[in-house]
Amino acid sequence: MNDMRIVERLVSTNEIKIAARDVNVHYGSSHALKGVDVDILNGHVTAFIGPSGCGKSTFLRCLNRMNDTIPSAKVTGSILLDDEDIYDPKVDPVRLRAKVGMVFQKPNPFPKSIYDNVAYGPKIHGLTRSRAELDEVVETSLKKAALWNEVKDRLHAPGTGLSGGQQQRLCIARAVATSPEVLLMDEPCSALDPIATAQVEELIDELRTQFAVVIVTHSMQQAARVSQKTAFFHMGNLVEFGETGQIFTNPHDPRTESYISGKIG
Amino acid sequence: MTERTAGATPRRTSLMQLDARTKSRNAAEARFKAYGLGAITIALLALAMLMFSIFSTGSSAFRQTYATFEMMLPAETLDPKGNRDPAEMAKVTTIGYQNVLRGGLIEAVRSAGIVPDGVADSDITGILSPEAAADLRNRVLANPELVGTVVDIDALAHGRIDGYFKGRVTMQSAERDGNITPQRLQLAQAMTDNGLMAIRFNWGFVTKPDASDQRPEAAGLGVAILGSLYMMLVVLVLAVPIGVAASIYLEEFAPKNRWVDVIEVNISNLAAVPSIVFGILGLAIFINFAHLPQSAPIVGGLVLTLMTVPTIIISTRAALKAVPPSIRDAALGIGASRMQSVFHHVLPLAMPGILTGTILGLAQALGETAPLLLIGMVAFVRDYPDAPPAGLFDPASALPVQIYNWTQRADPAFVERASGAIIVLLAFLLVMNAIAIILRRRFERRW
Ligand SMILES: Nc1ncnc2c1ncn2[C@@H]1O[C@H](COP(=O)(O)OP(=O)(O)O)[C@@H](O)[C@H]1O
Ligand SMILES: [Mg+2]
Repeated sequence: MNDMRIVERLVSTNEIKIAARDVNVHYGSSHALKGVDVDILNGHVTAFIGPSGCGKSTFLRCLNRMNDTIPSAKVTGSILLDDEDIYDPKVDPVRLRAKVGMVFQKPNPFPKSIYDNVAYGPKIHGLTRSRAELDEVVETSLKKAALWNEVKDRLHAPGTGLSGGQQQRLCIARAVATSPEVLLMDEPCSALDPIATAQVEELIDELRTQFAVVIVTHSMQQAARVSQKTAFFHMGNLVEFGETGQIFTNPHDPRTESYISGKIG
Repeated sequence: MTERTAGATPRRTSLMQLDARTKSRNAAEARFKAYGLGAITIALLALAMLMFSIFSTGSSAFRQTYATFEMMLPAETLDPKGNRDPAEMAKVTTIGYQNVLRGGLIEAVRSAGIVPDGVADSDITGILSPEAAADLRNRVLANPELVGTVVDIDALAHGRIDGYFKGRVTMQSAERDGNITPQRLQLAQAMTDNGLMAIRFNWGFVTKPDASDQRPEAAGLGVAILGSLYMMLVVLVLAVPIGVAASIYLEEFAPKNRWVDVIEVNISNLAAVPSIVFGILGLAIFINFAHLPQSAPIVGGLVLTLMTVPTIIISTRAALKAVPPSIRDAALGIGASRMQSVFHHVLPLAMPGILTGTILGLAQALGETAPLLLIGMVAFVRDYPDAPPAGLFDPASALPVQIYNWTQRADPAFVERASGAIIVLLAFLLVMNAIAIILRRRFERRW
C-alpha cells in the first residue's frame, strides 16, 4: 500500500526544480568539483553519497550560494532554479536562500528561545502580518518538524537547551518556516543517535511532499532508505546519478559498485 | 607471544613501589607547583604593600582639621554702604575678611577661657588656612543676607596644624619652621580640647579645585575629576563607535586580501605605540594645526581616543572571532543578509567580550598621564569647566596628572594629597572593572 502511494507521487510530480550543468568549483588552486550535471526533481529526495572530501558539501553549497561566503571559492557553470540562473548578477543571494533553505551537519540553533528560532525567518522576510499569524507559522513549522509535541509547553525556553536530535529538528523547523521550495540538508543525522536519526528520516519523507529535498549523507543505508534519486560523487566527479534502487542494486560504474560494496571510502 | 617479547620486556612490578621515573615526574610536578605558588605569593605581597603604603599615607587626605566657632559678621566693615549689593560688597578684599575672621577667632578663644601663650592677637589667624578668609568671602558674596547676623564659621586650619594632628608636624619641627610656631600648635591643641577645632571628613578633597603651594590643606580634586570625566566622555563617544564599527567591518565584511592584512598589522602596531608619542601627535595636530585650546578635555579626549581605538578594535575583533561560524551560517542559510546576521546574532554573542575590552580600554585611558602632560593638562586650573559640550573646551586638569603634579610639590602635605588622589583614581578604576564584570555576567547568558 505504502509503496504504491510513493510511486504514484513520483509519477505525478516529475518536473525539474534545479538543473545544474557543468558545475566546477575551485578553492584557490584546488579543483574541488569537476563538471557536475544534476537535476533535482520536485517531490523527490535526492541523496548525494560518496567518500568524505569528494565534494558533496561543496556541490550542495553551490545550490544556495553559501559558497559565496568562502572567499577562495570560485563557481562556474550554470545552475537553474525554475529556469532562472541563480548565479546571474541580478540575483540577490539573500532572496535565493529564502527559497532554498539549508540544514547543516551540526545542529546550530540560535542562542535564543525555541519560538524565536523558528520565527526568525518569517520575521526577516516579512512573511506574517500579525503576531497570531506568526504564532501559527511557528506551530505548523514545529509540527512539520515533528517537534511540536515535545516543545509546545516550553516555546520560550532556550533552543540550545534541547537534546541533539531535538535541536536538529528545530533547525529543520526553522528552515521550513520560511516556506522554502527546496530544502538542502548536509549530513543532518551525523551528530544524532539512531532513534533521533529515525525520526529525522521519517520527517524527510514527509517533507518531500512539499519541497524538493536534497540530502548529503555518508550512510548508504540512509540514502537507500530515504531517497528516490542518488548521486554518487568521487574525487570531485559525479560518477553516477540515477534512481536509488538502480544505483544500489545495479550500478553501472565500477567505482560506484566498489564504494557500495565497501571497497572504497 | 614472540612478537611481544621483541618489544619492551614486560616487568612485573608492584603498584605500591614507585619507580625512578614516576618519582622524578612527581618531583617535577611538585617543583612546578611550588614555583607557581611562589610567583603568586610575591605578586600578592607586592600588591598588599602597594595598597598598604597608599592607604596609610593617603587615607588621611580625606580628613581635614577645621576650626569651628560662631561669630557676628560686622555690617560696617563688610557692607559699608549697607545695601547688601554683592557688586558693592566685592570691594572688600580677602584681607578685610581676614581681619573680620581674626576678631571672631580672638573672641571665640577668649570666651572659651583659653589664654594664648606666645601667640599675639595680630597673628592668631596664623592657625587658619589663608584659604579660610577667601572661603568666608565667597560665602558672604553668595548670600549677602548673612552680613549682620551670627554665623557658624567652619574654617580650614593651617596645613601645619592639620599636619600636627596627623602626626606629620611635631613641636621640634615647628621650632625650625617659618610657617608655624610651637605656640600656635599649643593654641590649636587647646582649641581642640575645648571643641573649637576638630578633624573630620573632608568632602572638599573631592569637590574643591587645586590650591597653590602654600595651602595644601585647601587642595582638592574637583577640577581633575571633572576633567577626567569629560575626557572619558569624549573617548566613550568617539572611540567606542569608531572602534566597534571598524572591527565589525574588518571582521565581517572586508575582503580578505593583502590590504586588509596590512591594516590589521598596523592596528596591532598602533596599540603598541608608547602613549607619549600620541601626546606629541596630539600636540602637533590638535593644538598646533587645528588650534584647539590647550589644557582642554576635548584635546585630551581626542588624544586618548587615538590611543584607545586600537585596543578596542583588537578586543572587539577577538570577541567577534570567538563567535562560532555556525551561527553566521545558520542566519545566512535562512536568507538573512550579512548585516542581519551580524547585528541579530553575532553582535549579541560578542557583546560581553566587546564590553569588557572597551571598559578596560577606557580604564587604561583614565590612568594615562604622559600624553596629557604634552598637551598642557599640567596647567594649574582653579576654575571648574562648564557643563559639556562647551565645558569640553575649558581648561581642566586630569586625575593622573594631578597626582603627578602634587608629587612634584615641596610641602610634605602634598604627599598625603597625592596618595589620596591615587585612592580616588583606584576607586574609579575599580568601579569601571566592576561594571565590566557585571555587564559581562548580564550579557553572558549564552544558554
Ligand atoms: N572552505 C574550503 N577551502 C578550501 N578547500 C575546501 C573548503 N571546503 C572544502 N574544501 C575542499 O574541497 C574538497 C571537497 O570538500 P567537501 O565538499 O567538504 O567534501 P564532502 O562534503 O564530500 O566530504 C575537499 O578536498 C576539501 O578539502
Ligand atoms: Mg561534507
